[in-house]
Amino acid sequence: MTFDPSTIFAIFFYAFAGLLVIAALRVVTAPNPVHAALFLVLAFFCASGIWMLLQAEFLSLALILVYVGAVMVLFLFVVMMLDLDLAHLRRDFKKYLPVAFLMGAVIVLELAVVLIRSFIGTRAPVHAMSEELASNNTHALGKLIFVNYVYAFEVAGVILLVAIIAAVALTLRRRKDSKTQNIADQVAVKASDRLRIVSMPSEMDAKQDAEQNRRGRKE
Amino acid sequence: MTITLAHYLVLSAILFATSVVGIFLNRRNLIILLMAIELMLLSVNINFIAFSHFLGDMAGQVFVFFILTVAAAEAAIGLAILIVLFRKLDTINAEDLDRLKG
Repeated sequence: MTFDPSTIFAIFFYAFAGLLVIAALRVVTAPNPVHAALFLVLAFFCASGIWMLLQAEFLSLALILVYVGAVMVLFLFVVMMLDLDLAHLRRDFKKYLPVAFLMGAVIVLELAVVLIRSFIGTRAPVHAMSEELASNNTHALGKLIFVNYVYAFEVAGVILLVAIIAAVALTLRRRKDSKTQNIADQVAVKASDRLRIVSMPSEMDAKQDAEQNRRGRKE
Repeated sequence: MTITLAHYLVLSAILFATSVVGIFLNRRNLIILLMAIELMLLSVNINFIAFSHFLGDMAGQVFVFFILTVAAAEAAIGLAILIVLFRKLDTINAEDLDRLKG
């Protein structure tokens, strides 16, 4: 029994797609946010498989590296750090379940009717990518980003910089009881801040005054 | 049994609807809301890549690249805000965030 390539392709597509949908459903229904984050990781893996089938190899691997490696770890970090009152957060979960899934079904049905009517005939690529583009996805993408879209690329870099600074500035918290040195204050100090010269009578006079006082008190 | 463009688009529609359902169901839990938004962006990206493949135009993949960048920045800032919120109010319930009264 031999499979033709399109059947194998279809099997892979349905496997990835089915797993992706199940994982997405578990993300939104999982009682524990840690499980939801882990199912989101599974969803990203399946999506990356789908993108691989669509010959977007670079983005497929970037999705795993950026999302699974960085963003989802960040999510897991935060979820585990917070002490959540889950019973309170999921209070009306059961109540909304039927309405929410009804709405979801309606959205899927409407979109599916339109999309299937329009695009079911597109079996093969309308314009096949040129041999050069298709053979080296990373090269083609890099050429496009660094030549045609270089300005947008720079803006993306600035956005990431802003995100770094914003995240640090938001979560930075100075302890009130910490005993750190303030170097700027120490350097800028003047002698007059440390030493005060007061004018007062000399010690001899002070002694005589004390003597007189004592005598005055005796009389 | 060929996979047409419609298959990919319907898959992404299902993903999008799932995340809308997730926003309805978990409207108190800010973390799950952020995850649902990530799923929505993923479904948009699947659309972009499917069209890029079937129309033979690499520009769609460039857009996905930028969406990934912006989504990562959004997740980082969103989670930072979430942490500040939790420190201040000791909850991430979206219904308790009613301090801004005009």
